[in-house]
Amino acid sequence: MALKTEEMVLNMGPQHPSTHGVLRLELQLDGEIITNVIPHIGYLHRCFEKHAEAMTYPQVIPYTDRMDYLASMGNEFGYVLGVEKLLNIQLPERVEYIRVIMAELQRIASHLVALGTYGADIGAFTPFLFCFRDREKILNLFEITCGARLLYNYIWIGGLSHDIHPDFIRLTKEFIKEFRPNVKELNDLLSYNRIFIERTANVGVLPLDTAINYGVSGPNLRASGMKWDLRKDDPYSVYHKFDYDIPVGKGEKGKTGDCWDRYYVRVLEMEESLKIIEQAIEQIPEGDVTSAIPKRVKPPEGQVYARVENPRGELGYFIISDGSLNPARVKVRAPSFVTMQVFPELCKGFMVADVVAILGSVDIVLGEIDR
Amino acid sequence: MKSPEEIFNFLKEKFGNSVIELKTDKPVDPYIIVDPIEVDKICLLLRDHSELQFDSLMNLSGIDDANGDKVKDENGLESIKGGTLSVYYNIESTSIKHKLTLRVSTNREKPEVVTVTEVWKSADWHEREAYDMYGIVFLNHPDLRRILMPYDWEFGYPLRKDYKNPEFYRGMKVPY
Repeated sequence: MALKTEEMVLNMGPQHPSTHGVLRLELQLDGEIITNVIPHIGYLHRCFEKHAEAMTYPQVIPYTDRMDYLASMGNEFGYVLGVEKLLNIQLPERVEYIRVIMAELQRIASHLVALGTYGADIGAFTPFLFCFRDREKILNLFEITCGARLLYNYIWIGGLSHDIHPDFIRLTKEFIKEFRPNVKELNDLLSYNRIFIERTANVGVLPLDTAINYGVSGPNLRASGMKWDLRKDDPYSVYHKFDYDIPVGKGEKGKTGDCWDRYYVRVLEMEESLKIIEQAIEQIPEGDVTSAIPKRVKPPEGQVYARVENPRGELGYFIISDGSLNPARVKVRAPSFVTMQVFPELCKGFMVADVVAILGSVDIVLGEIDR
Repeated sequence: MKSPEEIFNFLKEKFGNSVIELKTDKPVDPYIIVDPIEVDKICLLLRDHSELQFDSLMNLSGIDDANGDKVKDENGLESIKGGTLSVYYNIESTSIKHKLTLRVSTNREKPEVVTVTEVWKSADWHEREAYDMYGIVFLNHPDLRRILMPYDWEFGYPLRKDYKNPEFYRGMKVPY
């Protein structure tokens, strides 16, 4: 006698430790196989875009911090880049260098959270502690720079709120020296761990053409095998002055674009960020970081789309100015928001337990999905 | 790599009156205004033509132009009648590395734009967001629901310039 089977709907979240925030996933299951996933977002909606319309341009910056709260420096960077394009102002070289150093330190800090929590999601708890130990050192560097550890309000339109601390360069050099061997330690502990590979290789494969059509960007796109990085392909600030490589997924442990590739691209990217920071602190020129800050920010009528390579991918700001002191429209193209759309495609045909592995590997932050 | 002028002339030849105008007078990015009912066909050609290859939609953004008449009701509350809502498309080609901005404008009272989800899948959630925030209806969209606001939100579209908060939502006071 054949057993009658029925499709089952399983609710995951919004309060679930491995959804990395308040995300609800509606899983449609055939036994333990996933037939479809419907993500429900909006639990963290804080009306950033409405707020931005009521604020003056500089007042928007603290709000941008709170979107992708693991990469606040990158968020500010993108926003001020857009406003500066509208204003058409030239910056002192020193400002650009400090911005690049901060953005790259932030990238390492953000990737450390992504890698650590990914290990914890899958059941390896120790790497999580190791990653957070190293991230703590980066947060200390930010703390001596601007007093804040997570939400900085450091990068301002036309400059920075403070110059770097006199000890900053020495401490950064010390950090790089301490951190380099830790990447190898992480590899030995987690990346090449047999159990970890079994859980992540060949799981959640994202083919390249699907990735491009869905607008996936950043490490997730590179893991699918495309050498695409806005720092190289649409250069902004002073990134063209540095020598570094763009790591891509090669399908070392399974198919190109699987969870392991997405994980490992981030590990390799940390090393490249270290290279950029090393070069930047060698070349950093002297200068006044507040000299170009405009007294009154009143851009002419117009519209601009500015984007930066954030740890999670292409972060874009579409800003429309009507010639007044407040922006008429600020639309944020959040990388996690776009990546989340492809998530159902990744999960189809895998097991329920793999949802956790796939969600961890695409590395989303709900703060910027819901804004 | 093609300039916006070349692309505009090419599209004008193919689509005639559906391609309305090229705006270059304001900073920073020039944009092409097209017809909201033909935008999907235009985008499909932009994606598939061998010399254009716009394979990626970077961003899709609604905006309230707030260019209609401002009317006051008996309580002194202002609302906007007439005018337009617009949608901006920022697209790029990852192989040729050129970028383009398209814009469509639609009637505020009955805002309708044809969806481009068939061309770029990434448009799906962006269009849902534009619907959620401005009430722009994307024709032929596979799944046009609210996305950031609650599914049962019936007090209008929050990013419109004349939006007013309701006093209560399901018994909860809203401006608390």
